[in-house]
Amino acid sequence: MTIAYPFTAIVAQDDMKQALMIAAVDQDVGGVLVMGDRGTGKSTAIRALAALLPKMDVVKGCSYQCDPEKKTAGLCAMCQGDKPVLKSVKQPLPVVDLPLGATEDRVIGSLDIEKALHAGEKAFEPGLLARAHRGFLYIDEVNLLEDHIVDALLDVAASGENVVEREGLSIRHPARFVLVGSGNPEEGELRPQLLDRFGLSVEVTTPKDISTRVEIIRLRDEFERDREAFIQKWRRKEAALRRKIETARSLVADVETPTEALEIAARVCVALGTDGLRGELTLIRAARAVAALRGEVLVTTAHVRQVAPLVLKHRLRRDPLDDAGSGVRIDRVLQEVFEAA
Amino acid sequence: MSDPASATDTWADAERVAALIAVAPSLLGGLRLRAGPGPVRKLWLETLQTLLADRPLRRVPLHVTESHLLGGLNLTATLSAGHLVAERGLLAQCNNGVAVLAMAERCQRQTVTHLCSALDNGAIHLQREGIQEIHPAALAVIALDEGLPDEHTASALNERLAFYIDLHNVSIRDVDDGEYTAMDIARAREQLPNVTVSDSQQETIAAMATVLGVSSPRAWMFTLRTARVLSALTGRSAVHDDDITQAIRLCLAHRATQLPEMPADLDTEEAQQDPETPDSPPEEPQNAPDQEQPSSEQKTALPDQLLEAATAAIPAALLEALTANAKAVAKNPHSGTSGALQRQLQRGRPIGVIQGDPRRGGRLSLIDTLRAAVPWQRLRDQADADGPRRIRIERDDFRLVRFNQRSPSTTIFVVDASGSAALHRLAEAKGAVELLLADCYVRRDEVALIAFRGQSAELLLPPTRSLVRAKRSLAGLPGGGGTPLASAIELADAICDQVTRSGHNAGVVFLTDGVANIARDGSQGRERATADALTAAANLASRNVTSLVIDTSPRAQSRAKRLAEALDARYVAMPHADAKRLKGAIAQTQGIG
Repeated sequence: MTIAYPFTAIVAQDDMKQALMIAAVDQDVGGVLVMGDRGTGKSTAIRALAALLPKMDVVKGCSYQCDPEKKTAGLCAMCQGDKPVLKSVKQPLPVVDLPLGATEDRVIGSLDIEKALHAGEKAFEPGLLARAHRGFLYIDEVNLLEDHIVDALLDVAASGENVVEREGLSIRHPARFVLVGSGNPEEGELRPQLLDRFGLSVEVTTPKDISTRVEIIRLRDEFERDREAFIQKWRRKEAALRRKIETARSLVADVETPTEALEIAARVCVALGTDGLRGELTLIRAARAVAALRGEVLVTTAHVRQVAPLVLKHRLRRDPLDDAGSGVRIDRVLQEVFEAA
Repeated sequence: MSDPASATDTWADAERVAALIAVAPSLLGGLRLRAGPGPVRKLWLETLQTLLADRPLRRVPLHVTESHLLGGLNLTATLSAGHLVAERGLLAQCNNGVAVLAMAERCQRQTVTHLCSALDNGAIHLQREGIQEIHPAALAVIALDEGLPDEHTASALNERLAFYIDLHNVSIRDVDDGEYTAMDIARAREQLPNVTVSDSQQETIAAMATVLGVSSPRAWMFTLRTARVLSALTGRSAVHDDDITQAIRLCLAHRATQLPEMPADLDTEEAQQDPETPDSPPEEPQNAPDQEQPSSEQKTALPDQLLEAATAAIPAALLEALTANAKAVAKNPHSGTSGALQRQLQRGRPIGVIQGDPRRGGRLSLIDTLRAAVPWQRLRDQADADGPRRIRIERDDFRLVRFNQRSPSTTIFVVDASGSAALHRLAEAKGAVELLLADCYVRRDEVALIAFRGQSAELLLPPTRSLVRAKRSLAGLPGGGGTPLASAIELADAICDQVTRSGHNAGVVFLTDGVANIARDGSQGRERATADALTAAANLASRNVTSLVIDTSPRAQSRAKRLAEALDARYVAMPHADAKRLKGAIAQTQGIG
């Protein structure tokens, strides 16, 4: 496996980094969509995040990486039936690639062909969704994903559970993952249903000023010339960020959300006319994650304001022809709402 | 460009690129080689093979199947061994070498996607048919592009290939002996890790990229790497400024979306060029809004000598090629796709199984295959002298999954932007098209946009699903000039052909007053123009596509009606149309709206 470029060494693209970190702190935030120009380091950032994330506890021998802390709900059938105390081991957080050519059986899992051929046994072989449980599922060129795969994904992403009824198998297992998608808007639009599944969305563009560009070239070049030395050089920063994310993770459950923050979140959503409650809930969740990342235990309106564009940009009841407008609209509404408050 | 001097130069560049790629295939991504099949291209590929020495060079055929490209289940071996046997795909076989993609402009989107992911990751992540493996595939791609002027390779692939060379104007007489030998390459490979680049050279690259409007960091890195490999080739341990200049010429120039500020005399030369080449009006590249306009402070921030070096790096003759290129690149979304029939075997919603041969590109349904084989086991055991085996599967047992794919539709808008129509209706027509685009967005249909005015019709937007692009090209549509209706219909015909070939349903919507005054050959005169237009219309009608003519003239005229009759199309008069009503009319026409 090739060595990943360090997350902290990614120049500029602060929105993207912020969104990914929020998702790393609170996985229930609902996934990150990164759309933008070619070559802006979308894939690089996501692979870098994989290398950065702290390890997690899993039930020993469980093929679905079940969480030993969890009670019956959210465990796979095997772990539920097991002894009262589950043995746990540390494992790196999975970041699973869903390649565009993947077949449906590999995504949702299928009959274990080897066992079927060899022993004549009917056994289930977990697919990518099972491997991504509690981690990240990364889809590059998400807007080019085939429709039948998208359908399978939508269903699982909504329920957090993968139900397999095929080839004589009847299996269900937990599959909660952070969906991370990236793509280039010039290649085609994302299906609205899929778009809605993403909690946060970011647009990335190439930095315009020369000094940033020089910096990108310089770091990238240094990395390519001697990967190990480069990783060593950035190790300290990486470790610091890892600690920050770890702390935030343990903190996020205790972050309190005062009424005024809730109110302002609601007001922003109403003013923007977003459909449903999902936007509002995600807004609060993301604001809590941001607070936790800063080591704070109280959500302020400033946190809400900071994450609002990430959360709401793709949720506006969209005039599909108004391509430039959504960012501007959010800014304007934020300005109004916060001035009134 | 036909003078021998420049042809020799082009060949020299091509040769240099072959050497560069041979030194470090996976570092440079590869080359888009625009050339017809012939001795020159053959010679170039042979040169590359010689320079690569023992490294692999494999051809990827146009209709390569996914399983062949990526690898997957080796069926024969699996069945005889009784456990899973994976097979390395074509891309994995190219590891450390080169994959030559024939007829790249026609290759399927799937193929392009897999090539891109191999170029990005240097490996193939196999997730198919019960197999999950990672095969190293650090390779370079040579995309052989023999397309017509309007056909291009997929932009996602172009982006990942460092170089672009056009050999169309090079004849075999211009070719001289090879400059490099396999020995040079081997030496350069050893030298490469030691080559250093100075800070100011990195700055030069960043500055030049900005001046030329190249916004992809990938291209910047290609330039830097190319400079490094160039100096390794000459045996130097530090990159020389000449290497940087060369690298900028090879990697950045063909990606340029804007021209650097040049001395005045060059600009006038440019201006003079334009009228001679009516095919390439100085049109804005498609990504104009994204394009950086270096602010004045940035410009002054650049040291003068840097800019000098930068502008000097671009030979004057290149500038013309550059404008043509930038336009072509910006215009092209994806390559033409082909093989609609084959697709049905590989993707879509599974609707059952069918008996067949899995080697033909279908997806094997193992369970059904096993199921089909089960009843025969006894019999086969008895028939075979070797005695009983665990399982016997024969060719007749193979079952393939059948897929049902909704065939998507593409609506082609042909908008009259000539003087007569523009005065009244261009804005309204634009509005209607925009509304329809919104509909197409919801249903994930594709749209294409043809505008005609002045001398000829132009494909403003090849079939795409991207609203952003559609809207952008529509907004920039100017009006005025003659009405070359015949060539517009012909172009629509050609696009219909392309669209139906790729398995889509096509529909055409004309927005015109039907008054033609430019004939097919570009000459003026109403009578001939009208006759030509009606002939073209009859041709299009024979294709059996649904079409609709929307009369945009202020008073309903017989001309547009006649056009509709010739087209066998529905005719809608819209004397005082607003966008909403236009949309309604289109929606009513079955199969289009």
